[in-house]
Order: sequence, then C-alpha cells, then structure tokens
Amino acid sequence: MATDLQDAAAVAEQLGATGYLCDDELATVTYLALAMARPLLLEGEPGTGKTALAEALAQTLDLPLLRLQCYEGIDATQALYDWDFPRQVLHLRALEAAGGTDATEAEKSLYDERFLLARPVLAALQRAPAVLLVDEVDRADDEFEAFLLEVLSTYQVSIPELGTVRAATPPLVVLTSNRTRELHDALKRRCLYHWIDHPGLDREVEIVRSRLPEVPEQLARQVAGVTQRLRTDVSLMKPPGVAETLDWARALTHLGCADLDLATAARTLGALVKYREDADRVRQALDRMLTP
Amino acid sequence: MTTDPVTTDHPAEEILLGFAAACRAAGVPVTPDRSQAFLQATVLVGAENPRAVRAAGHATLCATPEDLVRHDQVFEAWFDKRGELPRTRPAAASRPVLATMPLSQRDQEAGESDDLDDDLDDDIVRAMSTDAEVLRRRDVASLTPGEKARLAALFDTLPARAPRRRTSRHQRWHRGQVDARHTVRASLRRLGEPAEIAWRRRATRPRRVVLLVDVSGSMSGYADALLRLAHRLTQTAPGHVETFTVGTRLTHLTRALRSRDAERALVAAGQAVPDWSGGTRLGETLAAFGDRYGRRGMARGAVVVVFSDGWERGDPSLLAEQVARLHRLAHRVVWVNPHRGKSGYEPVQAGVVAVLPHVDDFLAGHSLATYSELCEVIARA
Repeated sequence: MATDLQDAAAVAEQLGATGYLCDDELATVTYLALAMARPLLLEGEPGTGKTALAEALAQTLDLPLLRLQCYEGIDATQALYDWDFPRQVLHLRALEAAGGTDATEAEKSLYDERFLLARPVLAALQRAPAVLLVDEVDRADDEFEAFLLEVLSTYQVSIPELGTVRAATPPLVVLTSNRTRELHDALKRRCLYHWIDHPGLDREVEIVRSRLPEVPEQLARQVAGVTQRLRTDVSLMKPPGVAETLDWARALTHLGCADLDLATAARTLGALVKYREDADRVRQALDRMLTP
Repeated sequence: MTTDPVTTDHPAEEILLGFAAACRAAGVPVTPDRSQAFLQATVLVGAENPRAVRAAGHATLCATPEDLVRHDQVFEAWFDKRGELPRTRPAAASRPVLATMPLSQRDQEAGESDDLDDDLDDDIVRAMSTDAEVLRRRDVASLTPGEKARLAALFDTLPARAPRRRTSRHQRWHRGQVDARHTVRASLRRLGEPAEIAWRRRATRPRRVVLLVDVSGSMSGYADALLRLAHRLTQTAPGHVETFTVGTRLTHLTRALRSRDAERALVAAGQAVPDWSGGTRLGETLAAFGDRYGRRGMARGAVVVVFSDGWERGDPSLLAEQVARLHRLAHRVVWVNPHRGKSGYEPVQAGVVAVLPHVDDFLAGHSLATYSELCEVIARA
C-alpha cells in the first residue's frame, strides 16, 4: 500500500493534497508507520488533529477507515465480534418449521459468517488493507489495552467456532490518546510514538487556508494570531486547539466578517472557548489585542 | 553523520546502537526491541539526514513527552559534538540552594511581591515541598500575606471527597443480588432463550454536606481559609455542598462559591456577605437556618459542619437547643473549632460547653493539616 509513498516528503505532499498539513517529523513518523507496518500512537492536546490524521491517511491511500471510539467499560465484544443471537435462534426455528434436518448439520450452520457481527477491529482485519483508528484509547480500561496489545502484535483474531481470521496485509493502525492516563508500556512498545503539538503561526494560517478556502487570508492570519497568543499569554482552563481555530474562522466567515473587530469577536467567542471563566479572560485579552 | 571524518572507523549501526544505549543511560526506557526498531527506522529514512534520524528516534525510542526532551539532549551531545564525549550537565545540586531557607525569612526579604523565582529548578521545587509541609501545619491566622498566597495554592491538594449514602434504587453490578428484571429482559431479547444472569446492588449517591461558617470578629483570621475550604468542597461535589455564613445574619453562599476559579469565588463571596467581622448571635442564626432551610430538607440526612469558636454573645441555652435540633435532623453534626488544636485549650466557653453534648465530632481547624483531617471525617460520614 505504500507504493506511491516512497519517503517522508511524499507522505507530507500527499497528505497536504487532502488538506492535512503536517510538519517534517509527523510526516517521517507516518512514513515509518507505513513502511515498518507498525501502529502509530499519537498523543497531544485535544484539537491538534490526531483523529484528522487517520482520516486524511484513509483518504490519501484510498482505504476504508474503520473507527473504534473507546470509552470506559468497552470490551472485546464491542471491538471484535459478536454473534447475532436473535438471528441464530430464528434460523433454528426456521429449520424446525422446515422439518428437521440432521442435528449436527443444524448446529454447524449456526456458526456461519452471516451470523457474525464484525466490530471495527475484526472488520479492519477482514477488509485489510484498511486504516483502523482506535480513538481516545486512554479512556478505555487496562484490560482492553491488554486485549488491543494481543491483536496489534499478531494482526489475527481467533474465533473458536470459525477459526482464525488473519489480515492479508496488516491494517494501518492509528491510536490516539489525550493522555488522561499513562498507557501501558507494553502497548507503547508496539507502536511508533508521536506527540502532536500546537502548530506555529504560519503553519496554523496555512491550515486554516487549506481547510477553509473561503476564509480570506487576512482574517485567517488575524484568527490564528489571536489563538496563538491566547495559548501562550493567557492562562486558560482549556487553551483553544486548531479545531477551535477552524470553528472560529468558520463562524466569522458565516457572519460575513472579513476583518476581525472586537464586537464580532466577542459575539463569536462561543466557537473558541467552552468555559465561562475562560470567556471572561479571553474577552479581557481581546480588548488588549484588538484595540489599536 | 556517518560521513563525519572523526568517526569513520566505526560502523553506522554501532554508532546508532551506542546512541540508543546513551538514551537509556539518560533515563529513556529503551528496550532492545526499541533499539532494533530504531535501526530499522533509520535505514528507512536514511542515516545521512540528521533531522530524519532525530524523528526516527522520537518515534521508536520515546514513549512520553518527557522522553522527547531527554532524547534531544542526548542527540545533541552524541551527534553534534563528535570530538568530545557526551558530558553530563554541571550538577545543579552542587551550588548553594536558597530554598532550604525557612519560608517566612524569604518572604520578609521579598516583601509582598511574588516570591516565586524565575529560575525555579528541580532542587528548589523539592525544597519547597518541605516548606509546604511546614506551611501545612502552621496556624492560618498567623501567616503573612505572602504565605497565605502560597497556602492558597495548597488547598487543591486537600483530599476532599463527598460522603455517599445508599439510595433505594439499584444499579447493575457484577455480583450481589440477582436482577430478575434485567435477566428476564435479556432473555426475552433472545426470544426466550435463557440468557446470562444479571446482578444488582444498591446504588449510592453523594450525601449532602452543609457548611456553616462563622464570620464574626473572633474568627476573622480564619474566614479566608475556611471559605477556600468551602470552595474546594463545593468543587469536588457540585450541587451537593451548601455553604452559609453565620454571624449576626445568615447568608447563603453556595452560588458565589460555584465559580471554578477560587479567587473569583472568594471575591463574589466577599460581596455577598454583609456582616464580616461583626458580632456573634450564633443561636439565632442557627435557628434561622433551621427554620428557613434545614427543616425543609437541606439538613435532613446531611453532614452539617459548623466552623465556630463558640464565643456566643446571646443565650447559650438557645444555641444548645438549636444544635440539638440540628443533630436530630442531620445525619452527622461536626463542630470545627480553630482554637481546639492549640496547646492549653480547654472547652470552657459557654457556647462550646453548651453544644458539645449534641455534636458527633469535635475537631480542630486552624491549619491545612487539620482541614485535611476534616475532609477525611466528612468523606467517611
């Protein structure tokens, strides 16, 4: 699958074509993940484009994206597979009504592929090559991590009734974590690690321009400038990420604003900050930044 | 870098593996399989490109953002200064460390200004934690403004937890009683085939905590700290902690303390309370609390904490009567007296003598350490 991606520069270029701009290092790591067939573990602040990378990769490589959103209490039946029990029972009843067949035959027919509900991990193995996104893996429990480890090291799943499902080509796995807890070292060792930071000013302007072509250059620069300064100068409970910058730029464009002014900025703050305390502080900071 | 004239007699993989070992020595947890992955990655990205090698090192050798910093330090030492051995940084511990000085002295030198130096390095931080230990045990009323500011930051470390009560409802659980309804439901979903047995247990909810803070003149030294404590408790169980100030009047402060930011909450509380450092008519204000809030349900089954030194100007018998009533309504009544922790304290004030038979716990409340104990008592109630 990495035929047209021969080095890091090609990866950066191809991803750029889909509207995802990445720096040298992220491009290199992504290239390595493709070339070494290793899972990619992305950590970073919320809203820095971890999930977006998986989406951009799927688009670039023209592969199906299978997404597994983790949450507290997620278990293997939600990640791997489950048997469709009602349909199996219906099948049995139908066999009964049709006038009995051989019992062993009937039992065998129960564990057929058509009664198997493939969840994202199994689906990724079956449909490989594919991109498997395991989103916010830090939200899942330790047991689930151990289970992921097993799948990621062998790229195979054994279903007792059916046999082993092995991926023809290993899927490209992207794990994201907001670092609300430390992942187990064994899982990390399987993966290539990358910490995604907030982008610099020029890069952020480029991202806004490429994601939202309708936003004028001047507005993009002003919006990115304000969020950059909010991240560094003002102590906020949740500093705005790139996702918030994009939301804000979009909101301003919807209002037909081509040049950022204090009144419009104050009205659209809801797109940028999500805490009341932050809103107060940002309002004061905006006063300082936008009054000439 | 393998083309570096100084090191041409070493094969590339030796240099790279040496680098991985140096990273391990610097504290990055590099395992042999990680070194192997590093070699493999370097082959892929090309060993002649230092930026790519650095990226490969980040991806394969590191596992946390802290590792990235260490990796970069080793990287520079290993590859950029080939002529010399990688040196350890000059030991920071060898120079005299100012932070071991007692906190109060430093504050006097620094005056009222911020005493957080710009060059806080590891050692100073470590020394400060012992200072914090001292600060935790100091009487709050005797602190200088600078120390109070430092102490304010420590309130976040209090082990505040809301007490729990059992509800009449049940929740699903992996053991306990059989949950017949869920078992049958699951079975019906499978067209009547027997399904897994569901279990349940009694659910718990946070128990309400009511804080009554005396803000009369004799308690003025503690008011700030007590409101910070109230704020901390409010933030751990929003909606389950109610705060009132009592003095000559009863003021409901819960709304003011709901702001996440402690400083804002305290300013809002300061504006809401009309009787700072006034007199004490504890009996009457407790009666007002009982009539207006407590009897209607706020104190029922709650943990009621009264912060007061018990210096009552009114009739002690009224106070006793009101506390007894509170005790009948509430799940537990805790009385916190700032003077109790001081040596030579005897509960002789008329007010304290009157209430003692009706309280479940009588605690000290003059320092952060005692507030920590109080948090434990509340959590276990």
